[in-house]
Amino acid sequence: MTHSISRSTNASRVAAMVAVLLLIGLVSAPWWTSSATLRLIGEFSVYLALATLWNLLAGYTGLVSVGQQAYVGLGGYVLFSVALFLGINPVYAIPMAGLVCAVLAVPVAALVFRLNGAYFAIGTWVVAEVFRLSMAQVSALGGGSGTSLPVAVMKPLGDKAAREAMIYWLAIALGAGCVALVYGLLRSRIGLALTAIRDSEVASSSLGVPIARVKYGVYIAVSAMTGMVGALIFLQKLRISPDAAFSVNDWTAFVIFIVVIGGIGTIEGPIIGTIVYFLLREFLADYGSVYLLFLGALAIVVMLVAPKGIWGYIAGRYRLSLFPVGYKITWKD
Amino acid sequence: MDMINTVVQGVLVGGLYALFAAGLSLIFGVMRLVNIAHGDLIVLAAYVALVVVQMLGIHPLLALTLVVPLLAGFGYALQRIILNRTLGKDLLPPLLVTFGLSVILQNGLLEVFTADSRKLSAGALEVGSFKLGDAISVGYLPLLMFGTAVAVIAGLQFLFYRTALGRAFRATSDDAEIAQLMGLDKRHVFAMAMALCLGVVAIAGVFLAIRSNFDPFMGPARLIFGFEAVIIGGLGNLWGTLVGGVILGVAQGVGAEINPGWQVLAGHVAFILVLAVRPKGLFPRIDG
Amino acid sequence: MTDVLAIDDLQSFYGDFQALHGASLTLKQGEVMALIGANGAGKSTLLKSICGLVSVRAGSVHWKGADLRGQSPNAIVRQGIAMVPEGRRLFPSLSVEENLIIGGQVARKGPWSLKAVYDLFPILAEKKAMPATSLSGGQQQMVSIGRALMSNPELILLDELSLGLAPIVIKDIYAQLPRITGTGMSAILVEQDVTRALSAAAKFICLQEGRVSLQGLPGAHSRDAISAAYFGT
Repeated sequence: MTHSISRSTNASRVAAMVAVLLLIGLVSAPWWTSSATLRLIGEFSVYLALATLWNLLAGYTGLVSVGQQAYVGLGGYVLFSVALFLGINPVYAIPMAGLVCAVLAVPVAALVFRLNGAYFAIGTWVVAEVFRLSMAQVSALGGGSGTSLPVAVMKPLGDKAAREAMIYWLAIALGAGCVALVYGLLRSRIGLALTAIRDSEVASSSLGVPIARVKYGVYIAVSAMTGMVGALIFLQKLRISPDAAFSVNDWTAFVIFIVVIGGIGTIEGPIIGTIVYFLLREFLADYGSVYLLFLGALAIVVMLVAPKGIWGYIAGRYRLSLFPVGYKITWKD
Repeated sequence: MDMINTVVQGVLVGGLYALFAAGLSLIFGVMRLVNIAHGDLIVLAAYVALVVVQMLGIHPLLALTLVVPLLAGFGYALQRIILNRTLGKDLLPPLLVTFGLSVILQNGLLEVFTADSRKLSAGALEVGSFKLGDAISVGYLPLLMFGTAVAVIAGLQFLFYRTALGRAFRATSDDAEIAQLMGLDKRHVFAMAMALCLGVVAIAGVFLAIRSNFDPFMGPARLIFGFEAVIIGGLGNLWGTLVGGVILGVAQGVGAEINPGWQVLAGHVAFILVLAVRPKGLFPRIDG
Repeated sequence: MTDVLAIDDLQSFYGDFQALHGASLTLKQGEVMALIGANGAGKSTLLKSICGLVSVRAGSVHWKGADLRGQSPNAIVRQGIAMVPEGRRLFPSLSVEENLIIGGQVARKGPWSLKAVYDLFPILAEKKAMPATSLSGGQQQMVSIGRALMSNPELILLDELSLGLAPIVIKDIYAQLPRITGTGMSAILVEQDVTRALSAAAKFICLQEGRVSLQGLPGAHSRDAISAAYFGT
């Protein structure tokens, strides 16, 4: 009996084609939709990026951080600093924000990795609080009330339409880029290492998997990417303040709910979760804090009843995988 | 001389932080659960006290006789109905469920009570003080808070090491499967632990309400202070948690003396220093 | 005399893995039964199934007429069954005396008390305030047995008493067995040491890969027959 090993499934091939078509449509959007729609899609893409990154950190690497808002805010502040004080084109400031976050993530990781489990989570939250309180002391950036980005800084990007298109494309690039990055990572040897670590740290360690290095690497990479997304978020908002930059609700609570409801530990999960989140927001946004209440309750119910989330349930039931990271063996008689 | 007064105030406030932390430490010791909603439950207790005081017109400290059993009962139900189902080898469910609970509590309180700042008045107790020597002024309320923290921790230690319930806690925490063979129902044991924890939380909440203004969003900060006290003091050691609270209180006080905006930050710095130099805390008894 | 314990066609699972494929046995009051078999044969699984610690998908366990299937371990224990678990499994956070006291959490009437246990194993009285896991292996086994006795059970399940112990220690512990079972207690004794198990019991059952391969009275079967049943040759 011979066999063949493939990495893609029928569903994934279809999904790949749909994705390509979707991407073409999205990239050309500035020419056929309104500003408001562009902003909405951009926001969707931003949350998708944040959710995909958090999922990589928590769902795949087991590092449940409740403090990623530290890097969202830091990325925003780096962009503002660099644009205001060095006059650099905001677009180039985005990768710079990523770099600064990567550098700062190193000592932060050294510190918080001394804690385990839920204590690690709270530790990351403390770090975010330190960032927030520290930035509130920096008067050059507006202290506690924050500061704005003058329109003059945006000049290099062109006129209003060009600016909007550029920010939109950056959002799409970050969103699609994060998903592609995570997918590529999980199909690689690092992805194999992550799965091994997830299954059994002791066993994988005895096989020579460098667990500590993998965890550090993922944490730093995720923090850098999160910083870049943060920079983009505040480039769009044109205004930053410590409370907005380091908001637990906006950058962590919503993200966690998205991932949990969509399906933690899967690539498709954050996509489904972001869709659900935006749908819910359409219907419930008028109800203010009741909306958050509902999200919280929904996340609890999902965690207790269907811990694998919506996609986890579907994938388990129908053995579906749109982003296959495993290997499929087909026996040929 | 002023610095000595600052340190004394910091020590006394440390008592309150130890009260925040005691429940956290207890629950982690018994079931390895870290309740992200812990701080929000303290705030909930403050609001329950508010309602009791408003409805019955009694002194906040007297309200404790109602708030403590109410919160304890809530804790038993919460553990039995929801949190017991999250316990197991996986780290994510308890963390995410308690995170969801935190969000629900904050927004629920916001809906019911609005974002207005509230405070409970304890009358003469709040402002009265006596002098120690020339420079040190000790307020009745801070002293009472500290004394209560010591009494609560002593009480918890006694309960843990000298009563049948404490034996049940320790046995179930050691080996839940074999504890069942001793006739212990672990669902009940864990629920009793949470009831006890929320009883302590109730005391902390009432003191919080008396000491300062409170609003629905103060929970996370209380969780962080409690958490920092636990980590500084060392896991699994209740007296260590008291020391941790004191160190935190003193650090914050000293920071505030230097610059009022640095108060909370100074506490975080102290926490980070301890974490960097003594990752297991000052007097650890168990591993994380 | 009627059977106090009747197990019929028991099928026990660890998740999806079936550990017992239809084991059956009966026990009368005061009887001591030896349960022998190789590693992984299902001996501990059988004991755990009686106690409710393992998932039973089919078959029945009747204790004094009541069906134990589906009951929680803490409910089963209250009906007069106690286990001395494999590997002792004392509570590290409790002292020797506290381990014994918690064994008596289920307060049933009977001859066993703290004093009676200290009579049986005097060394434990000397070490009663020490953390239970600081004792030697043999002494820990004594604590584990004492802990099970404190609830005055009518059926005691002894899982691999001799595991990890020196021969002389095993000899001492087994010497006390008659005192334990002499009070009218039924017992199931799981052992890998076949000779010792058969010498202490009135009847035996041999398990092999989750099935009963041989049963009867110790003297009635040859060494070869037992060996064949043990190893499945």
